[in-house]
Amino acid sequence: MSLLCETPNPSRRAVLMTGGALFAWAYLPRFARAADNRDPRLIVIVLRGALDGLSTVGPVGDPDYAGLHGDIALSLSGPNAALPLDSFFAVNPAMPAFARLFKAGQAAVVHAAATGYRERSHFDGQDVLESGLPGPGNATTGWLNRALASLPAGEKVAKLGGLAVGPSTPLVIRGAAPVLGWAPQALPMPGDALGARVLDLYNHRDPVLAAALQKGLDASRMAMSDELDGKAMKPRGGLDNAAGMRQSAQGAAKLMAADDGPRIAALAFDGWDTHVNEGGATGRLANLLGGLDGAFEEFETGLGERWQDTAVVAITEFGRTARINGTVGTDHGTGTVVLLAGGVIKGGRVIADWPGLKPAQLYEQRDLAPTSDVRAVLKGLLADQFGLSAAVLGDKVFPDSAAVKPMRDLIV
Amino acid sequence: MPAPTPDRELVIFQNWSADAICVGPATEAALALPVSNAAPPDPALVALNRFGLGARPGDELGKIASDARGCLKAELKQQDLALISADDSKNAGLLDSTAAIQASMAAAAERKAARQEKAALAMQPATDAPDSSADAKNKPVVPPVEADIYRDEAQARFDKAINAAPGFVERLVGFWSNHFCVSAAKGRIVRACAGAFEREAIRPFVLGRFADMLLAVEHHPAMLFYLDNQQSIGPDSRAGKRRGRGINENLAREILELHTLGVGSGYAQADVTSFAGMLTGWTMAGREGRLGEPGSFVFNANAHQPGEAALLGKTYPPGGMGQAEAALNDIARQPATAQHIASKLACHFIADEPPPRSVAHLAEVFTKTDGDLHALALALIDMPEAWSMPLTKLRAPFDYVVAVRRAIGPSAGNEPQRTLRWLRALGEPLWQPPGPNGFPDRTDNWASAEGLKTRLDIAWQAAKQADDIGNPDDMLSTLIGASASAETREAIAHAESRQQGLALLLMAPEFQRR
Repeated sequence: MSLLCETPNPSRRAVLMTGGALFAWAYLPRFARAADNRDPRLIVIVLRGALDGLSTVGPVGDPDYAGLHGDIALSLSGPNAALPLDSFFAVNPAMPAFARLFKAGQAAVVHAAATGYRERSHFDGQDVLESGLPGPGNATTGWLNRALASLPAGEKVAKLGGLAVGPSTPLVIRGAAPVLGWAPQALPMPGDALGARVLDLYNHRDPVLAAALQKGLDASRMAMSDELDGKAMKPRGGLDNAAGMRQSAQGAAKLMAADDGPRIAALAFDGWDTHVNEGGATGRLANLLGGLDGAFEEFETGLGERWQDTAVVAITEFGRTARINGTVGTDHGTGTVVLLAGGVIKGGRVIADWPGLKPAQLYEQRDLAPTSDVRAVLKGLLADQFGLSAAVLGDKVFPDSAAVKPMRDLIV
Repeated sequence: MPAPTPDRELVIFQNWSADAICVGPATEAALALPVSNAAPPDPALVALNRFGLGARPGDELGKIASDARGCLKAELKQQDLALISADDSKNAGLLDSTAAIQASMAAAAERKAARQEKAALAMQPATDAPDSSADAKNKPVVPPVEADIYRDEAQARFDKAINAAPGFVERLVGFWSNHFCVSAAKGRIVRACAGAFEREAIRPFVLGRFADMLLAVEHHPAMLFYLDNQQSIGPDSRAGKRRGRGINENLAREILELHTLGVGSGYAQADVTSFAGMLTGWTMAGREGRLGEPGSFVFNANAHQPGEAALLGKTYPPGGMGQAEAALNDIARQPATAQHIASKLACHFIADEPPPRSVAHLAEVFTKTDGDLHALALALIDMPEAWSMPLTKLRAPFDYVVAVRRAIGPSAGNEPQRTLRWLRALGEPLWQPPGPNGFPDRTDNWASAEGLKTRLDIAWQAAKQADDIGNPDDMLSTLIGASASAETREAIAHAESRQQGLALLLMAPEFQRR
C-alpha cells in the first residue's frame, strides 16, 4: 500500500489498514490516544429556509453593507447594537451566548460560504447541503451518516451511532449507519410489553419498521433514564420557534453527554425563509437567531465537561439577497455564514476571503459571492474530529468533491 | 481583515480498497422489502389502503374485493362529494375565508386596543387607581378567534375523512392540499383561513381541471399571504414610485418550482423575476376596505408593474390582472407541468419509486385531457400496477391517524384537539408543513425511529379510547381480512388484553403499509 503522508494527522482507519505497528502510534489522531482522554462529538444543525448570513454576522466595516441591507442592517450603534466580533464583523445582538463563546475562543464564523449549488430552490439546495452530493437528485443518504459509516466498525463513535432529533430524521443523517431518534415526549406512553410484542412482530414481518421502532424505543429509554420524577419533557414548541430549538438541544445534549450515548447528532431548525419584514437586530429573524443561540448554550451546559470535546456546526442551504427586497425582507441568494461553536473549535475568528459588496462583486449582481465552500468546512471538522482522510471525504462522504480541500485548523 | 481560507491538502491516502470503505446498501429501506408485502395485494386492501383511508367496522372486505375498481369509481361518481359546504347543517358555523379573515382582523384590533389600555394603565401611578389596574390584570385575554376557527375547520376535515367510503376522494383532497400547501404557522391570517382555503380553492376542483385549481389557489388570500405576494409591489407602479417598495419574488418562484413546472425544468432567474412582476397587484383588501371587501382578493392596479413581461420565451402584453392569469393558464399546460404532476401522483399512490411507465401514462392522460383531474383519478384506478405492486408505502401521519379513528369507531375520543396533538407528535401538524413544498411523501421520511415510537404511543391511546372493542380477532377480519399474515394473527391472538390486541392490530405491518 502506498501512503503519501504530508502531515502527522492521518485517519485512524487508514493507520489500522497499514497493519498497525509501522507508523501507527506516532500518527494516531488525538482522539485515539488514551493519554488525553479525548472523546470527540459533532453536532450538525441544519437551518432550513436559507439563513440571511448578512443579518446574522454583519460586515459592519464594509462601506456598502448599510446601503444594501437597508433598514434591517446590523449596526454598532443604537439601542440594539450588534455585538462586535472583530474590527469588521459583528454578530446579531440576539446571539449573546455565541458572542461570549467567540470571545472565549470557542466559537468561529466562516463567512461568504456556500455549497456547490448555484440555483435558488430551497428544496434542491437542502438536498445538496444534506446529501453532500454535487447536485440535486434523488438523494436517500446524508453526508453525516456516510461519515459515520466510513469509520471502522469497532470504533467507539461508529458503534454508538448517530442521533436524529425531531419527529422525522433529517436527510443529513439518513443512511446505513445506525441512528437513534428522539423528540420531546408528547404523549403518555404504553408499558414496555406492547413495544416488545410489536417489535417481535416486525422482526418477523417487516425488518425496516423493526429497525426504526427498536431505535425509537432505545432512545426513549435513554432519555427517560435520569428523569427520576418520571416527568416526561413536554414539547414547548416546534422546531421553527425559539423555545422548541432550545428544548431539542437540551434533550440532545443529555443523550450525548452519556458515556454510552451517540457521539454524532443532527437537528433541523425551520423557519429561516425571511421574505417579508425580516427584521434585523430585533424581529422575526432575531427571534429565530435567539433560539439558535439558546441551542448553542444548551449544548454547552448540557454536555458539561464533554463540551471540551465537542464541535457544533450550523449550516443552511444558501444565503439571501444582499439588497433587501420590496417588502423589507430578502429573497433567495447564495453566500452566507457557517457558525461553529464548541470546546474544540479554534475560535475567536471570522474566517473569510471577503468578496466585497459592490454591484460587480456580488454574485449575479444580487447575492453575497461565495468564496468558501461549506463542504470544505465540514470536511475539516470530520477530518480533525474523527480522523477521516481527505480521500474518504472526497469520495464517500462528499462524492466527487476531491477538488474541495478540507479546511484545516478549525479544531484546536 | 479576516484570515484567508487555508486550502492546503494535508493528507492523501491512495490505494484504498474499495470494499473496505463500502458503506453497504444505500438506505435501510433498501435492506429488505417487507415480507408481508411480497405477494400481490388483496384488492380490498388496495381499494381501502392504497387509494382509501382504511376499513371501518362494518365494511365487508370480501364484497369490496369482488369489485374493488367499481367501488372506487362509484365514489368518483357522487356529485360534489369533495365539498364541505357551510350550507350543510353539520358544518354550520364554518366561515368563508373573507369572513374568517375579517374575524381575525377584528380580533387583532381588539388585542391592540387591549394592549394600549394596559400600557396606559401601567403609566398611571399605582396609588391612583389600584382597583382598576387589578381589573385590567384579571380581565380575560381576547379569545384567540383564529385558533377557534382553525379547530372547527380541523374537525370538519377529520369528520369528512373519518366518514368517507372508501375515501379516495378525500385522499385526493389531501394530495392537492399538500401540493398547494399553505401554513398556519405563517401567522394569524393564514391560521384563520387555512381550512377555508382548502374548501374554496382545492375541494371544488379535485375532480375538475388542474388549471382551474391553479387559478383559484393563486388568487386566494391564504396563498397570497403565505407566499408574501400581498405586499409585492411593481417598482415602476404608482405605489412603487411613491413608497419606494418593490417586488417580492417568493410566490412567483414557488408557482414555477412547486405548483407547476417543477425544479430544473428549464426556467431561469429572469423568468422568476419577470413572473413576479406580472403577479404584482395580486393582493388582499385591507381592514379599511379601500380596495374592496376587507379580507377578499383584489387586484390593485396601483401596485401592478406596468408594461409587457416575458416568461419562458413568450411575451405577455400589459393586461393588468389578466397578464399573470394568461401566464398561469399557459404554464398549467406545459409538458413539464404534466410530468411534474404525474410523477407526484404516481409516487403518492403507487410507490416511492413508481415504474416510469406509470408516470408516462399519467402525464399523457394529463396532456390529452387538458389537465382533467377526474380523468387522472380514473387512470390511477385503471392502472394495472396499482393492483399488482406490493403495498410498500408507509401511511403518512394524517392517513394513519384517520385510519386509526375509523378502526376504533368514529365516536371514540374523536375530539379535534386530541387528533391535532397526534398529528403534531407525528410531525405532520394539520395545514402546517415546514415549507411550501409541503410534507414529504416518501416512506423513509415517516419510518423514523421517533415516528414509529410515536405510532406505538398513539396505537395504545386509541386502544384505550375504543369503548367497545369486541374480540380483536374479529377486528382483524374486519380491518385486514384474509390476507393478514400468520404472525400478525398469532400476535393478536396471544395478546394479554383486548386493548393490547387492538394496539397490536393498529401497529401491524398490514395496517401501517399502504
